[in-house]
Amino acid sequence: MIQLESYLIISAIVFVLGIFTILYKKNAVGILMGVELILNSVNLNFIAFARYIDTYINGQLVAIFIIILAASEAAVALAIILNMYRDRRSVDVTKMDEMKN
Amino acid sequence: MNNLNSLQYFLPELFLSASILIIIIVDLLLKKDKKIITAYLSVLAVLVAFFLAYRQYNYAFTSLFEGMIVLDSFAVYFKVLTALSTIIVIFISMPAFRRHSEYYILLLVVTLGMFLMVEVNDLLMIIIAMEMVGIISYVLAGFNKFNMKSNEASLKYVLYGAASTGVMAFGFSYIYGLTGHTNLFAIQQAIVGHSLQPLPVFIAFVMVVAGLGYKIAMVPFHFWVPDVYEGAPTPITAFLSVGPKAAGIALFIRFLITVVAHPASQTTFIQNVQIQAPLLLAVLAVVTMTLGNVSALGQKNIKRMLGYSAIAHVGYMMMALVVFNTRGFTAIMFYMVVYMFMNFGAFWVVQSMTPHLGSEDISAYKGLGYRHPLTAVAMAVFMLSLTGIPPFAGFIGKVYLFAAIIKQNWYTLAVIGVINGVISLYYYAYVIKVMFLDRDEEIKAISVPLYDRVLLWLLLIPVLALGVYWGPLIDLAHNSIGFFFGN
Repeated sequence: MIQLESYLIISAIVFVLGIFTILYKKNAVGILMGVELILNSVNLNFIAFARYIDTYINGQLVAIFIIILAASEAAVALAIILNMYRDRRSVDVTKMDEMKN
Repeated sequence: MNNLNSLQYFLPELFLSASILIIIIVDLLLKKDKKIITAYLSVLAVLVAFFLAYRQYNYAFTSLFEGMIVLDSFAVYFKVLTALSTIIVIFISMPAFRRHSEYYILLLVVTLGMFLMVEVNDLLMIIIAMEMVGIISYVLAGFNKFNMKSNEASLKYVLYGAASTGVMAFGFSYIYGLTGHTNLFAIQQAIVGHSLQPLPVFIAFVMVVAGLGYKIAMVPFHFWVPDVYEGAPTPITAFLSVGPKAAGIALFIRFLITVVAHPASQTTFIQNVQIQAPLLLAVLAVVTMTLGNVSALGQKNIKRMLGYSAIAHVGYMMMALVVFNTRGFTAIMFYMVVYMFMNFGAFWVVQSMTPHLGSEDISAYKGLGYRHPLTAVAMAVFMLSLTGIPPFAGFIGKVYLFAAIIKQNWYTLAVIGVINGVISLYYYAYVIKVMFLDRDEEIKAISVPLYDRVLLWLLLIPVLALGVYWGPLIDLAHNSIGFFFGN
C-alpha cells in the first residue's frame, strides 16, 4: 500500500519544479508549462487527500474543475502568446520592455 | 439549502447568465453599424441585475447550493458595488468601443464572476470565481489586438495571474489536507476542533495570501500592475482598479473572517494556531502603500502613475484590515465606494482627453486649465480627493480608515499612513500644477462633446457630495458587515 506521504513528496517536487520553470524560462510557452506543472501538483494533492483523509469525494471534484480551468487558462494564454508572436516574431519575455522608463 | 430551493435566492446571477446568452445571440443579428445596441442592452442587463441584487439586501443569512455559496448583506453590498462599477465602465467605454460588441459581453461575464466572488463559501468556488474574473480580464487587457503595449500587458497579466492562481490552489490543497473539508465553515470548525501543526497552516496561509494579494495588487505580488495598467485600454485599466479589486477585497475579508478568525469572538485573529496574522498584514500594508507612493513619484505616464497610486490605495485599505473589527471593515467598504467614484473620474478624464491631447504623458496636460477649464477642475478635484484633502470624499474615507486603526492603538501604522499621504500629495499635486500653472503662449481651446461633460458631472457629483454628506452610506456599510459579528 502506497502511503499518503509518497504522493505529497511527489507533488511537492512537481510544485517546486513548476516554480523554477516559471522563474527561469525566458520563453512564454515555457512559463505556461511551469503553470501547468503547478496545477497538476495541486490536482495530485487534492486527489491524494480525498483518498486518504476525506470521507467524501470533494477533493476529486476540485481536481476535475482544476483540469477544466487549466485548459481554459492555457487556451487564453496561448491565444495571447500567438497574438504577441504575430506582432514581434518572438515570445521571449525578457525582450518585452515596451513600457519601461 | 438544497439546489432547487436555492435558485430563488440566485436571481441576479441567473438573470445575468441568461442575458449574457441572449445578448450574444442578439449581437449576431445586428448589422455592423448598429453594434452599439449591444452596449445599451448590456447596461440594461447589469442595471436589472443591480436592482435584483439590491432587493436581496435585507434577506437573512442564507446558505445556498449545499453550502457552496452564502447570501448575506455583506455579499449584497459588494454585488451592488461591482454592478455599479460595470455600468460606469460601460459608459466610459462607449465612445471608444462602438463596433466591438463582444467587449461588452466580456464585461458582463466578468460581472457574473465578481458576483460569485463576493459570496463564495467553498475552496472550489473561490478558485472557479477567481478564474472566471481572471481569464476574462486577461482577454480584456489585450483587447486592442494591434497595439503592442496592449499585447504586452495582457501577456504579462496572464503569466503572473496563472502562476499566482496555481500557488493559491496549492495552498488550498494543503488546507483541504489539514482539515478534510472544502467548505469554509467546516474548515473553521476543524481548525478549532483539532490541534494542527502550525508550520503547514502557516505555509498554506501564506500561499493563499499570495493568490488573493495578486488579485488586489498587494506588494510583493504587484509586479504586473504598472505594465498592465499602462498597456490595457483605459476603460479596462479603470475597471481592473475598481471592480475586480473590490471583489478581491471582499473575498479576502470573507476568507479572513470565516477561516482565520475565531468563531466565538470574531474580532480576534486565529484560534489555536499562531500565525501572527495582524502583524503580517500590517507589514504588508506598510510595504504596499510606501512602495506604491514612492514609485509613483517619478512617473511620466499618467496611467502608470494612477496604477502605482492604485497600489498605494490598496495599502491604505489593508491598514484597516489589520485591526479586524466592525469599524475597520466598515471603513474599507466605505472607502471602496469613494475610491470607485474618484478613480473612475480620473480615468474618465484620461480617456476623454487622450484624443485631444494626443498623448498619455502628464506633460501633455500642460495648460489644460485654460484649454478646457471644466475638465481640468474636475481632474483637480479627483486628484485632491485621491490625496485625501478635505472637503472631498477621499478625505472622509481616509478619516474612517485612520480612526479604525487608532482606536486599536496601532499608532506607528497610522503615522506611516499619514506620511504616505504627504508623499502622495507630491505626485497628485504635480498633475494640478501642470494643468494650471504651466501654460503655452497661445491657448487652443478644446471642445468636449455633451456626452463627455455629462458623464464627468455624474462622476464628479458623488465625490463632492460624499465629502459633505456621507451618513447614509456609512450606515449601509455598517449594517452590511453587521451579521458577521452577530448583530
